[in-house]
Amino acid sequence: MAEVMSMEDIRTEASRLNIDLSVVDWNSVYVPPGEDFGIKSDDEDLNEEDSLEFDGGFGNVIVVDNLPVVPREKFEKLEGVVRKIYSQLGVIKENGLWMPVEEETGKTRGYCFIEYNTSQEAELAKEKTNGYKLDRAHIFSVNIFDEIEKFMRVPDEWAPPESKPYTSGENLQHWLTDEKGRDQFVIRAGSDTEVLWNDARQVKADPVYKRPFWTESFVQWSPLGTYLATVHRQGAAVWGGASTFNRLMRYAHPQVKLIDFSPGEKYLVTYSSHEPSNPRDSHRVGLNIFDVRTGKVMRDFKGSADEFAFGGTGGFTGVSWPVFRWGGGKEDKYFARLGKNVISVYETETFSLIDKKSIKVENVTDFSWSPADPIFALFVPEQGGGNQPARVSLFQIPSKQELRQKNLFSVSDCKMYWQSEGEYLAVKVDRYTKTKKSTYTGFELFRIKERDIPIEVFELENKNDKIIAFAWEPKGHRFAVIHGDNPRPDISFYSMKGGKVSKLTTLKQKQANALFWSPGGRFVILAGLKGFNGQLEFFNVDELETMATAEHFMATDIEWDPTGRYVATSVTSVHEMENGFNIWSFNGKLLYRILKDHFFQFLWRPRPPSFLSPEKEEEIMKNLKKYSKKYDVEDQDITLLLSEQDREKRKQLKEEWNRWVNEWKKYHQQDKMDRQMLRDGEASDVEEEYEAKEVEIEELVDVSEEIVADA
Amino acid sequence: MRPILMKGHERPLTFLKYNSDGDLLFSCAKDHTPTVWFADNGERLGTYRGHNGAVWCCDVSRDSTRLITGSADQSAKLWDVQSGAQLFTFNFDSPARAVDFSVGDKLAVITTDPFMGLTSAIHVKRIAADPDDQVGESVLVLKGPQGRINRAVWGPLNKTIISAGEDAVVRIWDTETGKLLQENDKEIGHKKTVTSLAKSTDGSHFLTGSLDKSAKLWDIRSLTLIKTYVTERPVNAVAMSPLLNHVVLGGGQDASAVTTTDHRAGKFEAKFYDKVLQEEIGGVKGHFGPINALAFNPDGKSFSSGGEDGYVRLHHFDPDYFKIPSI
Repeated sequence: MAEVMSMEDIRTEASRLNIDLSVVDWNSVYVPPGEDFGIKSDDEDLNEEDSLEFDGGFGNVIVVDNLPVVPREKFEKLEGVVRKIYSQLGVIKENGLWMPVEEETGKTRGYCFIEYNTSQEAELAKEKTNGYKLDRAHIFSVNIFDEIEKFMRVPDEWAPPESKPYTSGENLQHWLTDEKGRDQFVIRAGSDTEVLWNDARQVKADPVYKRPFWTESFVQWSPLGTYLATVHRQGAAVWGGASTFNRLMRYAHPQVKLIDFSPGEKYLVTYSSHEPSNPRDSHRVGLNIFDVRTGKVMRDFKGSADEFAFGGTGGFTGVSWPVFRWGGGKEDKYFARLGKNVISVYETETFSLIDKKSIKVENVTDFSWSPADPIFALFVPEQGGGNQPARVSLFQIPSKQELRQKNLFSVSDCKMYWQSEGEYLAVKVDRYTKTKKSTYTGFELFRIKERDIPIEVFELENKNDKIIAFAWEPKGHRFAVIHGDNPRPDISFYSMKGGKVSKLTTLKQKQANALFWSPGGRFVILAGLKGFNGQLEFFNVDELETMATAEHFMATDIEWDPTGRYVATSVTSVHEMENGFNIWSFNGKLLYRILKDHFFQFLWRPRPPSFLSPEKEEEIMKNLKKYSKKYDVEDQDITLLLSEQDREKRKQLKEEWNRWVNEWKKYHQQDKMDRQMLRDGEASDVEEEYEAKEVEIEELVDVSEEIVADA
Repeated sequence: MRPILMKGHERPLTFLKYNSDGDLLFSCAKDHTPTVWFADNGERLGTYRGHNGAVWCCDVSRDSTRLITGSADQSAKLWDVQSGAQLFTFNFDSPARAVDFSVGDKLAVITTDPFMGLTSAIHVKRIAADPDDQVGESVLVLKGPQGRINRAVWGPLNKTIISAGEDAVVRIWDTETGKLLQENDKEIGHKKTVTSLAKSTDGSHFLTGSLDKSAKLWDIRSLTLIKTYVTERPVNAVAMSPLLNHVVLGGGQDASAVTTTDHRAGKFEAKFYDKVLQEEIGGVKGHFGPINALAFNPDGKSFSSGGEDGYVRLHHFDPDYFKIPSI
């Protein structure tokens, strides 16, 4: 019965067997289990998903070998010991522990089977107790039952493994070789996720790849731009490739909610939280750290949400994301997590705590890595009603040495801002006034790269000004502060050059509440988001002049492209209207605008740091004129081509339109007589000459008769 | 081009119509009384009293003697334009919406809304030359489309009727047989309610505006999609310049959402597009609410807009406007 029968065949077969098909209750017909009569089921996806979870069948059974061989009298004791060890690692099923006994002697055979509720528990038990030393003679050897079969198949004689010929993978950084030097970005609108080129010369976005339902919640680029990560119910996935976006790797983590890449994109941290089964429990959270390239789980963490909920402000169901903060620059050497009175620093060679110990810091509430070096700053708030001052310290890893410490008094809150190269650290300190009724703000500026790390106290001219925003110039020595009272705060620029903070300028009364420095420094956008309706001011800090002011009404997000040439401002679906994005040049010229309903995300694809050596870069800078000439010519060509194309298109449209109109005229002419007839012979079609006729109408307004008496 | 503000209605405007000579402007609003104005200076000439519900639409005969109005009071009325006298009332079992006189003014099409279990319908009535001979019977009743029919107009030589409404489909009906001749292609058509429909002066093409934030230009004979004008907000009203290749779109967000945002967010602008290039060329601001109605003077030298704010704004174009190079 391998052939699929057609309905016609079924009918003839039924009539042959004297079955009236109309009275057959089709729902009562069952196919024998395991038999599909050669017809493939439609819901293969379902099967595939299922097979992920229930592969095999004995995945939750482990075999523990090298147990002591004991006589019958000691059987119960041994069983008790084994049960004690293994029930710590998971729930053993009822009658799930079975220790076979030799029938004649009554001695155990030196191994046992343990069945857990889930394969995860079995996996964990195997991981934790394989190699467990019960005593010197008995080192446990633990395997999953399913694997035994695999071991059985291992041939007795060793054969050298076949070495596969090397196949080179795709160039995952192919997008960097774009001839026009364009940048990519990803947008999410409605159910579609789309990657586009920003073709600023042609003032449009050039599509690369589009896919509906690509992700179930959001997408994220890896920090160097190699991968695009998507989030699904079963786990996360990364996409990339030379020509299009192929799936490169999957990371199984059911119900993953959040993901985070390490800065060098070697590792991916995934996070999930699970509703508690009874209301007194807290959320269970699970974290996995994957190797991005191999897809292997390097380390996993499980626990209740409370354990992961320290520090940071707000976050996802009580957890401040990212839970693990990566330090030590792009090498991905260390990551750390804030715990109660501790900071746990792990290193990625073994994925274990450095020196097997966390760093103990009483009451620590926040810490922050330097973006460039294995140094972090931590903050401890005031203790004992002011008897113990608050403090900020710098720690070096892996030595765990405290590099610098500063005590601070009557502090209410503290925030740390690192400069992108890790050269400076600004600590914004909110202090209580003497009356404790209000606060004022000052800064402690650390010069990390100088000897002994000098600290400078910096306060605004008007100490009572509220700080609305603070931002370092990337790769630079300047910073900008928005301060003062709404609705029109001031913006000041300062420089760290020359061993002392010096003010560059203050811009008075600006409608701005956020600062966006160009990734190359020098240019900054002073933006008035939210309440300010999307005011934008493009400011050149070298010349201290405004290049342009503009508005993207209701803008919610601003993002510079990785080269600092273009800026995207977008209105995401927090507003109902105006959804979409604008692309601007660095100096505030609107290049193009695209409207998309239900617009969720706009992300530029990051670029890795330049592959050129500093010498080469310098050489290019020196001969910039020579290079730029070539591009100027190209630019001009494109502009010409563009206007030519534009003219061509317009001409074509116009011709097409005229063709339409002539056609209509023809019909209109044909219908002329009919129309006249419909109008009872009145000739005046609108296009015929307008005849202005003057019509005089006399209206009788009133008639009254008066009898004039004869004189 | 300083607009003339015409304040006469107490409720949101619904429809505007110039007579064929372009000297009179008729306005309909939710306040029950259609009004006629001098199209030149915006002086109010008179009102037509008698309806007992919002008036959705009107049309005036070519000789400017008869006015027909469709109202939510489940009636359509014929009026004498000059005296304001009610000549006849067509009664229905559900609110009347769109009305349109045929070429020659001997027929009128009236649409009725779905109401209390009744489906929407398109009625064709004969209009008698002498109001005393007028009868209420329908010559033809067309049914079929789901939801409200927002506009129905006559096709060339009264041979067809074009209708559009809530189901976002534009349909062409045969007036002889009452058969559905054509529906627009779903792929290229509107995605949401069609709110308005305007014919070109020569009746060869028409423009539809929709809540899907676009307006589309169609060939009236073949129902071919010619152009699409994309805007940022739902389109409530459309109009085509009889003089230049311009189309005007008016709209804004839902009236219910107006109060929740800054008036600038709604951008209650009448937007001008180049009809051929489909590019936005300008806008006229002014209303405090969404624009519900737009009409071009048949001479193409002025246009008026009616808003949710109850104002009619009459705009005479500056001389500069006529210098806009077409392409």
